[in-house]
Amino acid sequence: MKKFDKERLLLGIAAPLLAIVVAFLVTALVLAATGKEPFSAFGIMFDYGLKSDSQVYILNKGTTYYLAGLAVAIGFRMNLFNIGVDGQYRLAAFFAAALGGALTLPGALQIPMIILTAMIVGAMWAGIAGVLKVTRGVSEVVSTIMLNSIATAIIGYLLQQGRLGHLDEAGTKISTTPIPESSHFFEFPTTPTPVWGFIVVAVVAGFAYWFTLGRTRFGFDLRTVGQSGSAAEASGVDVKKMVVTSMLISGAMAGLIGMPTLLNDSYEYSGDFPVGIGFTGIAIALLGRNHPVGIALGALLWGFLERGTGKLEFEGYDKEIVGVIQGVIVLCVVIAYEVVRRYGLKRQQSRVGAELAAKAARNSDQQEVSA
Amino acid sequence: MANHDIDITVSRGTVHALVGENGAGKSTLMKILYGMQKPDEGTISVDGEQVSFGSPGDAINRGIGMVHQHFMLADYLTVLENVVLGSEKLHGIGDRARAKIKEISDAYGLGIRPDAVVEDLGVADRQRVEILKVLYRGARTLILDEPTAVLVPQEVDALFDNLRELKAEGLTVIFISHKLGEVLSVADEITVIRRGTTVGTADPANTTSKQLAELMVGSELPSPETRESTVTDIPMLTVEDLRLTATDPDGVVRAVLDGITFTIHKGEVLGIAGVEGNGQSELVDAIMGMRTLDTGALTLDGADISRVATRKRREDGMAVIPEDRHRHGLLLDAPLWENRMLGHVTEKPNSKGAFLDLKAARADTERIVREYDVRTPGIEVTAASLSGGNQQKLIVGREMSHNPKLLIAAHPTRGVDVGAQAQIWDQIREARHEGLAVLLISADLDELIGLSDTLRVMYRGRLVADADPATVTPEELGSAMTGAAAGHLEAPGATGSDDAGADSSETDPRDGGEDR
Amino acid sequence: MSATATSTPPPAAPKVSGGKGGRTRLSFPVVLLIIAGALLALSAVRAVTGAQDVTSAGQISAALAMAVPIGLAGLGGLWAERAGVVNIGLEGMMILGTFFGAWAGWQTDPWIGVLAGVVGGMLGGLLHAFATVTFGVDHIISGIAINILALGFTTYFAKLWFNTGEAAEAGGSPKQSPPADSITTVTVPGLSDWLHSVEKHHWFFVSDFAGILGGLVTHVSLLTLVAAALFVGTFFVLWKTSFGLRLRSCGENPVAAESLGVNVYRYKYIAVIISGGLAGLGGAFLSLVTSHIYNEGQTGGRGYIGLAAMIFGNWRPGGLAMGAGLFGFADALQLRNGGESVHALLLLLVVMLAVLAVWKLYRKRFVPGVVSAVIAAAVLVWYLATDTVPTEFVSATPYVVTLLVLSLSAQRLRMPKADGMRYRKGQGK
Repeated sequence: MKKFDKERLLLGIAAPLLAIVVAFLVTALVLAATGKEPFSAFGIMFDYGLKSDSQVYILNKGTTYYLAGLAVAIGFRMNLFNIGVDGQYRLAAFFAAALGGALTLPGALQIPMIILTAMIVGAMWAGIAGVLKVTRGVSEVVSTIMLNSIATAIIGYLLQQGRLGHLDEAGTKISTTPIPESSHFFEFPTTPTPVWGFIVVAVVAGFAYWFTLGRTRFGFDLRTVGQSGSAAEASGVDVKKMVVTSMLISGAMAGLIGMPTLLNDSYEYSGDFPVGIGFTGIAIALLGRNHPVGIALGALLWGFLERGTGKLEFEGYDKEIVGVIQGVIVLCVVIAYEVVRRYGLKRQQSRVGAELAAKAARNSDQQEVSA
Repeated sequence: MANHDIDITVSRGTVHALVGENGAGKSTLMKILYGMQKPDEGTISVDGEQVSFGSPGDAINRGIGMVHQHFMLADYLTVLENVVLGSEKLHGIGDRARAKIKEISDAYGLGIRPDAVVEDLGVADRQRVEILKVLYRGARTLILDEPTAVLVPQEVDALFDNLRELKAEGLTVIFISHKLGEVLSVADEITVIRRGTTVGTADPANTTSKQLAELMVGSELPSPETRESTVTDIPMLTVEDLRLTATDPDGVVRAVLDGITFTIHKGEVLGIAGVEGNGQSELVDAIMGMRTLDTGALTLDGADISRVATRKRREDGMAVIPEDRHRHGLLLDAPLWENRMLGHVTEKPNSKGAFLDLKAARADTERIVREYDVRTPGIEVTAASLSGGNQQKLIVGREMSHNPKLLIAAHPTRGVDVGAQAQIWDQIREARHEGLAVLLISADLDELIGLSDTLRVMYRGRLVADADPATVTPEELGSAMTGAAAGHLEAPGATGSDDAGADSSETDPRDGGEDR
Repeated sequence: MSATATSTPPPAAPKVSGGKGGRTRLSFPVVLLIIAGALLALSAVRAVTGAQDVTSAGQISAALAMAVPIGLAGLGGLWAERAGVVNIGLEGMMILGTFFGAWAGWQTDPWIGVLAGVVGGMLGGLLHAFATVTFGVDHIISGIAINILALGFTTYFAKLWFNTGEAAEAGGSPKQSPPADSITTVTVPGLSDWLHSVEKHHWFFVSDFAGILGGLVTHVSLLTLVAAALFVGTFFVLWKTSFGLRLRSCGENPVAAESLGVNVYRYKYIAVIISGGLAGLGGAFLSLVTSHIYNEGQTGGRGYIGLAAMIFGNWRPGGLAMGAGLFGFADALQLRNGGESVHALLLLLVVMLAVLAVWKLYRKRFVPGVVSAVIAAAVLVWYLATDTVPTEFVSATPYVVTLLVLSLSAQRLRMPKADGMRYRKGQGK
């Protein structure tokens, strides 16, 4: 049995590694085809990306991406495609920022309130899609994407002077009222730049994800529904309730995505709050195969790629190449995982057959001996 | 090795039967004959000419047509579309094809309407569409794979009449089956397969089913027979006036369950016979709690469970062997120990409080594997890598491990090899002995007759007939199953008039009961 | 639609008492009746609220133009799903269409741009087919991956090709291409003017009808006519030819199709590539007709709205066209900045919800009835309390409409039976 596990582990790592290698190859081709030198580009990326201030950047960005990956992964484990993480986190961060700016309570009280607001808003927004799916059979893929755009519209409407937004001193951008100093989340005083304290929350979230799914009855039920709705129903799970519940949890986790930026970086919500992180989450969840450690590695990789390609902009390349790299990685990794899965299944079946045959042979031998 | 040293000769214009047990190698042989698989060694000759089939298309070109056991029909397409698919060049896809289909249907008495949507057709009709499909393509040799598996005796007779008409027109029919009685009644020649090789031919006029059975199995046959009665008078499951209606998308209201009432006592096996689609699945769903009834009351061991959730019912002692184990009984891609937890995750040893107890679950899985003889190299393999029989044994072991009071066994030995089938029957009998109440739903009349203490027939959502398993014959059951008989089924007065040498007092499970 | 069941289809479950399957194919007279009813409702809204733009020729013309990309995306989705492959990657293939359409279009001729857009979409389709058919990747995951990839590629190459040299001088920037020439539009001469004058009279129903007809015959792009022809062509090919029958059989029961000698892989590949091509065409329409440039984010989720239209249309071209028209109308509203029009349509929404509430209560379905009534009341309050809908909300109109339509659609949907299932050759016994 242990042999199965080791082999499965190796196969599990082989797929993403293969995908990354292919991605770099394709990128090299693209760069070469457009007249740029690929290998020095990679050299710059790796060199810059591993510097100590880059490491801090990667950890900080990685925190946000990790939470996004977890949020999406919860959906994936349920065979639900919560593409709406993007709208959920922005709406959640917006309302949390607005609330945070409006209150001045002691930090120990205000910070949890901000986080809770974000989680509730995110959960509710995701819950709409869950309820629509369960009651009206609307595919959550389409509904969550629609909700993303509606969320953008809502934020656009409210983030204006006179509503929830206000113009800053320089008169250049509109944002929510900044949250008071007492509500700034702590940081690790590393050099040269601090690491956001929210990384602790992210780690806890990852652990909670692993524990809940793998060690609790609820998690078992959730995974069962994701694997086979009919078997889950026959085993006593209320599938509809589970769908809505998991969308709520996924949305709540999505709500956390904006928190590192809000509580450790910008302290307000404005037009330049990071966007598109929902899709990053999807990519990372796919890369990490919905596994908490895999997602963490994926998040760090994504952060590394961004950092490295950002530097490329100053060296005569286009930083947008990161989109190419990431896109190719995602496509290759999903193909690679499928190939690995099929191969693993075939191996297992032939192994089972062989072991059973061996057992049968041993048994008949023993019979002959005793007879 | 699935097949070795197969020697078969089929004469033109005859009905030739291939008999063998489940797992004897018939499926593989048939795949080779039909071109879906290539033999490693050996030759196939058609009309004296050696042929090699690389695909079903080659076989079709040679005039060999296959009627599959599991119908290959697209439900949402019409009969016409299903028939012409892949052979549009023959007669187009419009009126010419339509005319040709009508022609074939009339010639062989198949009664098929080209523009009917397959979804609306019953099982026997769908089978005739499959037959028409091969005739449309000019098949002169038909291979039928277990054609009577899903038919009631009356439909079987109708099918055999069709086959005789085909024979009269000079076509050849190869008929694969494990039901000896039927085989004897329609075949001109019989070849027996056992463990992947041909072991002999037989002439039906001079063979009894017992002789055939011995050729097929070669050793003592396990039987679902039961001896002493273990029925007590303590009711375990009572079901009162269950009613369930369903509204078609057209607005037509159908009665799916129409006033079902019965009681199962401790130590009793209640068997329900019926053609699929008469409400049996819905009845199981209702008892499990997966469907809400319009009216009706259910009690389990004295407690009213009419409104109780499925999970609670299972915790209270309701064990289920589902009809479709892949969809309702197993997580195919999960390891065996996770499958052991399925359906009982809230109970010991699977969990302690809200948390899973993986160690205990694993250990208990090992126990089940041992006690129920689940052939597997370990408990970490996925359920998908087990054979059907072993999957079913795992399910039985799992369900029996939580002190069940009621066992719902829906088609418990469907798709299971002979050895596992015998083991499962033994387990059910043993549990019955311990006081378990069993609701057995099956399409295997032998299984029903052999295992049940009480026998009922379900038709159009109602229990229309009851019978004594010790004396009832499959024909009587078949009549009731198709609505032609009702009430208490009595065996006919004069028995033994048509026995061709077989001892009718020993109910041989291989015997379809139709000795001719 | 997230039917990513990975198990093989179960054997045909036999039915005994023949109940007719839920194939309520709307007959032509009924369709006409529905359209007439919708027209009447719009006329009433216009009369009551005074929002003249609702049925104006300008609005309808824009609605038609917006319906085309949505419809083409939906048609692409239809081709793929009829063969059993779910194509979420339509958005990405559309993006490729906008990009390549503009890229070729501004350098040469817009029609070459159209061709390039189609080819670009086809490349996306080829990738999707490769991942799903050959490798068996889950269809939705593959689609998402294609979307990510398409976005990444076009963002990079847009910056590379539109921001330098000649392109930059012609008006290009990292997020936008230089403009391409227009494609000819067609106007029926006398009819168009006459209808326009009728419209101006604001007569109840007659003017609305004139407005709508006017929008359909004025300044209609040739590409729109091409799109319409593709719809008709799709119906003929898929339902009246052997090729179409085989393709559909792959989506209904691929195992059966394979047993009859159909090369399932080949048909799936063809269907998905065509699917990508159609989405690419829709994208090219956006960057060559709707506007004359490529713009980052131009597709705005229309690929997904197209999928919604396909579901609404029950996987048939006729229904899809109706759905596309409906969503196109909503899209046009936000394009024409119709705060007033949207406001007027709120009234229509109130009426529809009220009718729904009464119907549900009559059928004794209390919860949905009460919910509908409450929402109707809330919308009515909103309508009465405001004069116009703010621009930010107007921009969300197509998405809200899509969501509403999907939620309220009847449940009689019949998607191809093997849609979304991974298929492996030889998996049938």
